[in-house]
Amino acid sequence: MQIEWTTYDPGEFYDEMISSPGNPRRAAHAIASYLQRLSAKQLGRRQHAADLAIAEMGVTFTVYSEGTNIDRTWPFDIIPRIIPQKEWTRIEEGLKQRMTALNMFIHDLYNEQKILNDGIVPKKLISGSKSFLPQCIGASPRFNVWAHICGSDLVRDKDGTLYVLEDNLRVPSGVSYMIENRSITKRVFPELFRKHHILPVDDYPAHLFDMLASLSPRPLDYPEIVVMTPGIYNSAYFEHAYLAQQMGAELLEGGDLVVGADDCVYMKTIDGLQRVDVIYRRVNDEFLDPEVFREDSALGVRGLMRAWRAGNVALANAPGAGVADDKVIYTYVPAIIKYYLDQDPIIPNVPSWRCEDREQREHVLANLDKLVVKPANESGGYGMLVGPHATTVERGKFVNLIKRNPRNYIAQPTLGLSTAPTICGQHVEPRHLDLRPFILQSDRTYVTAGGLTRVALRKGSLVVNSSQGGGSKDTWIVDTGGN
Amino acid sequence: MLSRVAERLYWTARYLERAENTARLVRVFSSMMLDLPKGVGLNWRQLVDVSGAHEHFDRNYRTSGERNVIKFMLSDMDTQGSVISSLAMARENIRTTRDLVPSEGWEHVNELHLFARKKLAGKSIPKDRHEFLSEIIMRCQQITGLLAGTMSHGPAYQFVRVGRNLERADMTTRMIDVGSATLIAPGVELERLENRLWTYVLRSLSAHQMYRQYVRRRIQPGQVLAFLLQDTIFPRAVAHTLGEIASCFEKYLPHSEEPLRAALRLQRLVADANTEKLHTEGLHDFIDLLQFEFGNLHQEISATWFSMEMDEAL
Repeated sequence: MQIEWTTYDPGEFYDEMISSPGNPRRAAHAIASYLQRLSAKQLGRRQHAADLAIAEMGVTFTVYSEGTNIDRTWPFDIIPRIIPQKEWTRIEEGLKQRMTALNMFIHDLYNEQKILNDGIVPKKLISGSKSFLPQCIGASPRFNVWAHICGSDLVRDKDGTLYVLEDNLRVPSGVSYMIENRSITKRVFPELFRKHHILPVDDYPAHLFDMLASLSPRPLDYPEIVVMTPGIYNSAYFEHAYLAQQMGAELLEGGDLVVGADDCVYMKTIDGLQRVDVIYRRVNDEFLDPEVFREDSALGVRGLMRAWRAGNVALANAPGAGVADDKVIYTYVPAIIKYYLDQDPIIPNVPSWRCEDREQREHVLANLDKLVVKPANESGGYGMLVGPHATTVERGKFVNLIKRNPRNYIAQPTLGLSTAPTICGQHVEPRHLDLRPFILQSDRTYVTAGGLTRVALRKGSLVVNSSQGGGSKDTWIVDTGGN
Repeated sequence: MLSRVAERLYWTARYLERAENTARLVRVFSSMMLDLPKGVGLNWRQLVDVSGAHEHFDRNYRTSGERNVIKFMLSDMDTQGSVISSLAMARENIRTTRDLVPSEGWEHVNELHLFARKKLAGKSIPKDRHEFLSEIIMRCQQITGLLAGTMSHGPAYQFVRVGRNLERADMTTRMIDVGSATLIAPGVELERLENRLWTYVLRSLSAHQMYRQYVRRRIQPGQVLAFLLQDTIFPRAVAHTLGEIASCFEKYLPHSEEPLRAALRLQRLVADANTEKLHTEGLHDFIDLLQFEFGNLHQEISATWFSMEMDEAL
């Protein structure tokens, strides 16, 4: 399996490490020549060591469709994905800009609705959105920030342009894998970390803690911060536990909380009830409070919305923040940035067609075999159509879906996602990937150094989701002093 | 600390201790089956009876030969208390309290579960039974030591300690049941056999050497019984485990009046036992009584810290 870059050919795609057979990109030079010096046996041994470390640490991703909580280790590829620091600095600026504008947008929607009145975003788009929660109208979370934790998915097209593919403003997951991946690569390639300047990622929990603490309604030195999980059967339970542990916060479920007659939130402890200040909730809006949302929710807390509206507890992310990660709203983000910040977006959106618009819809229907169609309100890659890979029957199904509910769909060109060298059996081959950096916002904004690189392990596949056969890589922001 | 978390830590410790002691039980019983003369009437079925899960066994197994009993005790996922299900439950409980346990704690439990699952996969009896059981015992001890040596000894650890000691008390009484002559067929000359039986029991609890230091004489049933029930400094003796539990309640845990009362009642019951008399008659009933009281103590613990009603607390 010894790596020979001269025979590694990413073809028509942009490869993150190798620009053309035999030629590593500048920031990846050192790692490429290092990898090439490893014998097949050494490389195999290191991948094996990584797999062992993962099994031991119990890095697992439960997949819903498997029913019970069967642990499945999430495949990890030891070859890191390299991004030069200069490029990263610009991406970081772009993400901060985007997050700031999105939070101003959400706050505006639940308060004055200036952007709707000015006709930048159509009113009926909001009134028809499942994710717009009337229960949140008039609320003012601290710093007017609603989405405190965001995971934005970035992809690179054939020509090397980086796009924002989507913003996850509800309960984005994956950050624990970013941190664990780094600790695994440090075990596997310790010598590389001694020699190169690679930006650290393990300070994320500390930043998360500070951000959450800044939201506390009580000015205390030690606010009571908790992580609220739907429970062990949730696919990201591992991450909930991990983050709670790293922050020294309680990990709890809805059943551990109660809202008192004073509209404050308390947790049930061996000492009796104890007040909670900040809830980092990993439970979706609709399950948060059976008094206001789904009555049958066993995951939530009766009265939680009352306590939040009264300002007695902070929820991160705030309920209703998901209104801005609707795929149709996404198409308006460049306009939203312009409207609130009077700036052009630093990172572009993927060009998109809104099926709601008659002309654009006709274009979409006529070109289904070239486009990717996405529903407005799904995540995890569910319910979408990848035109070029779909059968005639599948495409026909989408023609009907779009015609029946055009507001619910957008379409985008099929991007030729960039690739990176990945160990596949006995060879190193290019595999498509994306990147999910995490952004924290309260009165300050923080962006992770890199993020979680997800890789589609099946040859030619563009689907990187962990729930659909994806794996992950460590992501290195490398300071080379040049471009 | 959260009530639910306290409960899970308590069960983590109980299941770990149960896995270890079930392994001890199977190990000692296996050597007894090899060593003791065939005529004494020892059979595998008795191992099921000692474990206290005979009803479950009878529902699921038709015969009680070695293969079935060993499978039942080691690798049956549906048996509460089999080594594999105890480890799986310990893993599940610690997995859901990972925020309070040092990460090595979780890693070792996870690895131990993987190890047992691999060794027991597709086999009712592991090939190298003795080595396998010894490794389970040793690794459980390692984890117990790891938690003792790396967790702050605040309330979270106290629930581990309570769980471990209560389970240990229960399992020590089950080991004593092995030594009680009830296993031996009526009419068999007991006297010479009895000493050997008690030696097994002591060995199974790693108590042989400590016992010799304690009495400095040959094995005498009444004395062994006194040692295993009433000694306050041997860690697997019932009186010691109850002392540990009472000290957790008294020194570290809030609102502990009711559980403490139950623990003290048990301590008195054990201290007042006439071991010289017990070993000749009534031992099995006494063990039953103790096990019933252990159940009560668990109820008190659960009512006080785990299942507190919200409305009461408000």
